[in-house]
Amino acid sequence: MTSTETITRAEVCAVACAEIFSGAGEIVASPMTPMAQLGARLARLTTEPDLLLSDGEALLLAETPPLGGKSPIEGWIPFRKVFDVVASGRRHVVMGANQIDRYGNQNLSAFGPLHQPTRQMFGVRGAPGNTINHPTSYWVAKHSKRVFCDKVDIVSGVGYDKVDPDNPAFRFLDIHRVVTNLGVFDFGGPGHTMRARSLHPGVTADEVADNTSFEIAGLAEAGETRLPTEEELRLIREVLDPKQVRNKEVPA
Amino acid sequence: MVEKTMRDKRMSLDAVIGELRSGMTIGLGGWGSRRKPMALVRALLRSDITDLTVVTYGGPDLGLLCSAGKVRKAYYGFVSLDSAPFYDPWFAKARTSGQLIAREMDEGMLKCGLEAAAARLPFLPIRAGLGSDVPNFWDDELRTVTSPYPDADGRTETLIAMPALKLDAALVHLNIGDKHGNAAYQGVDPYFDDLYCLAAERRYVSVERVVETEELVKAVPTQSLLLNRMMVDGVVEAPGGAHFTLAGESYGRDEKFQRHYAEAAKDPETWQTFVDTYLSGSEDDYQAAVAKFAQENQ
Repeated sequence: MTSTETITRAEVCAVACAEIFSGAGEIVASPMTPMAQLGARLARLTTEPDLLLSDGEALLLAETPPLGGKSPIEGWIPFRKVFDVVASGRRHVVMGANQIDRYGNQNLSAFGPLHQPTRQMFGVRGAPGNTINHPTSYWVAKHSKRVFCDKVDIVSGVGYDKVDPDNPAFRFLDIHRVVTNLGVFDFGGPGHTMRARSLHPGVTADEVADNTSFEIAGLAEAGETRLPTEEELRLIREVLDPKQVRNKEVPA
Repeated sequence: MVEKTMRDKRMSLDAVIGELRSGMTIGLGGWGSRRKPMALVRALLRSDITDLTVVTYGGPDLGLLCSAGKVRKAYYGFVSLDSAPFYDPWFAKARTSGQLIAREMDEGMLKCGLEAAAARLPFLPIRAGLGSDVPNFWDDELRTVTSPYPDADGRTETLIAMPALKLDAALVHLNIGDKHGNAAYQGVDPYFDDLYCLAAERRYVSVERVVETEELVKAVPTQSLLLNRMMVDGVVEAPGGAHFTLAGESYGRDEKFQRHYAEAAKDPETWQTFVDTYLSGSEDDYQAAVAKFAQENQ
C-alpha cells in the first residue's frame, strides 16, 4: 500500500496542478514545465480522461506515459496546427513565469526596457496569443517577491487590467490558476486581483505574504490544499514519476 | 531541335549568398534549434552582407548573425536554443547592448504575417497581441483593425492588423529535394518553411541530398512534399546543412556542440577560438572540424 504519511510538498503541488484541469473536458492540455506535465497526466489518469496531450513536439499521445516516457500516438499536432488550436480556444496552457503581477500580467520575455533589456529571456513566445484566446494557468516552483512583483517589466501574458471591456475581442481572457510551491491562487479577488484559494499543508499566510510584493486577497481565510488520495499517490510515485523529477522542482 | 527541359536550379552556398544584398529582409526557416538553414547562415557569415532585417522563429541562426553584427532589425516570436542554456547568448548580447531593433511578437503573429504576405494581402486580423506589450515593441508599425460586422450583441471587435511580413529572400533547409526545387521534409514537423518561401521574392532551399524527382516522390508520403517548383529559385545540396540544429529523420541536434557554441560566446577569447576553428573556412572545413569535435567529445 502507498503510504500517505510521508506526502511531500511536491506531491501536493502535483495534485494542485492536476486540479487546474478539473472540468476541462476534451481540449488540449499544454503543460510547459515538468510539474505541470505531471499534473496534466495525473488529471488524465483520474478525472479527465478526454484531455488531449502532446509529446511536446508534434505528436498526440494515445496513452499517458511517465515523465520522459514514450506512448503510442493518436494524432499529429505540428507547431502550425498548435496555432490553429490556440485560435480555436480548445486548449488550456500552463506556462512558467519570470514575473506575475496582482492582475495576472506575466513576463517571460526579458527584464528591463523593451529595446535594451538588462537580461534577455525567450521573448514573448506564445504568451500573448495563449492568454487572449483560451484558459491559461501558471506554475511557479519558487514563490518569491521577485516573481510576484508590483509591475512586470514586459507584458507577455495578458492580465485582467489590460482588458478593454468595450472590445469583445478580449472576451476569452481566463487566467484560471496560479499554482506555486506555497499554494493555489486565482484572480477572483476584488477587480480580478490575485486571491489565495488554498495554502499547502505547513505553509502560513505570513510566509506567502513575505514572499509576495503585493497584497493577496483572501490570504487569511484560505484553507489548506487537499492531500493526494492514495490512488493519486500511487500514480505519481509508481506510474508517472518514478524517477522523482518532481523533487527537482520542489525539494522535499 | 533541342528538347526543352525544366530549369536546373542547383547552386553553391556561396552562389546563393551572392544573390543577396546588404539591407535585405530575410526570412530564416526552421524553428528554434530545429532544421535551421545553418550552412546558408554560415555562408552569410563568410560574406560582407550586413544591415539585415531578419524574420524568424529564432534560434542559433539569429545568434550567429548577431555574433557578426549583421542584424539591424529582427522580427521574431521567440529566440530559443530549445535545450540548456535555452537563451541564445549572442542574441542576448545584441539585445542588452541595444544593437538591434526588436519587433518582438506572439508566435502566432509571425505565422499570420507570413500568410498575409503569401496571399499578397496588406494584413490579416488576429487576436494575439491585444493587451500585451507586443504593440509597444513595434512603435507605430503595428495597428488595429475594427470589424465591419458587429457581434450578435451589436458590439464590434477590434483586432490586431498583422502586417504582411514580405521578404526579399527566404532561406530554408529540408531533408530531400530535386534540382528543380521540389522538396520534402522527413520527420514530424514541416515548421513554416513553405510559408517563408511563399512570402519571399527570392527563395533558396538547402537539402541534405538532391535526388531525381522520381526518387523524391517515392521517398516520402505525398503530404510531405512541402515545396514545389513555383516556390524555389535555388537548390543547394548541403549534407549536414542544418547542423548543429536537428533535422527530422536525418539527424538529431548536436547537443554537445550547441553547448560548446553557447559556452564559447561567453568571452571574446573563447569566441575567437570558436570562429578560428569553425567559421573561418568553407562549409567542408566546418563539417570536418565538427567531426573532429565529435570524436574528441565522445
